[in-house]
Amino acid sequence: MLGRNKHQKPPMTARIERPLSPHIQTYRWTLTMALSIVHRATGIALYVGTLLLAWWLIAAASGPAAYAHVQAFTGSIIGRLIVFGYTWALMHHMLSGIRHFVWDLGYGFKANEREALTWGALIGGIVLTVLVWIIAYAIGGGR
Amino acid sequence: MSATDTPKRSMRTPLGRVRNLGAAHSGTSDFWRQRITGVAMTLLMIPVVVIVMMLLGRNQAGAAQILGSLPIAVILLLFIFASAWHMKIGMQVVIEDYVHNEKLKLTAIMLNNFFSVAVALASTYAILKLSSGV
Repeated sequence: MLGRNKHQKPPMTARIERPLSPHIQTYRWTLTMALSIVHRATGIALYVGTLLLAWWLIAAASGPAAYAHVQAFTGSIIGRLIVFGYTWALMHHMLSGIRHFVWDLGYGFKANEREALTWGALIGGIVLTVLVWIIAYAIGGGR
Repeated sequence: MSATDTPKRSMRTPLGRVRNLGAAHSGTSDFWRQRITGVAMTLLMIPVVVIVMMLLGRNQAGAAQILGSLPIAVILLLFIFASAWHMKIGMQVVIEDYVHNEKLKLTAIMLNNFFSVAVALASTYAILKLSSGV
């Protein structure tokens, strides 16, 4: 990798060959790495999920028939699974994001601290999701 | 740009000055907006969850009445505005990280902008319609 460059004079715009850092598969898999990817994945899921949110609001503004369609979907098993997944993605992404705010402020970088923050986001996200759904069922009688 | 970028004062090499901007080819404004919108949504999360809970088990007439009330409409509008902006920036970061073909990257970023604005405007229109009671 560090061998002599074959091209004698690369133009200024050419990409200069430099030793590359190994990619993630080389490293020992860690919790913070896994959760970094989960943060991205939940973000992408929430991005797509806004379609559901927009559909719901437009249906409410459109009338009873359109709203009944949404309710039929969110009441179905697949619909419930999607909304449950959406709830978890939202709760997890929020707590994981708060973890990033802590890091942005310069705290929580010690090994045990970053592990604790990451476990906190993981467990907290699941707990909040279950809590929200328990309350939802208590209020809405299963929607 | 600023005084610190003048050749005399700057610690950065000319190469570093152009390269360190990364795949986005721009500065830190998106980074900052990502944080602002993230904090905004965190603050709005409890009210938004409460609003969704209020709507459970109601038909369209009941839902429309709740969604059309002023404080609820404002909370949802703020949440929609923050989330659309936040997700637009987030998806752009993902695109810039993984799409290496320049034309494809620019196309994806454009589509990302279209999607985010469309979702935000459609949702905003729905809430305004509910609020105006048309």
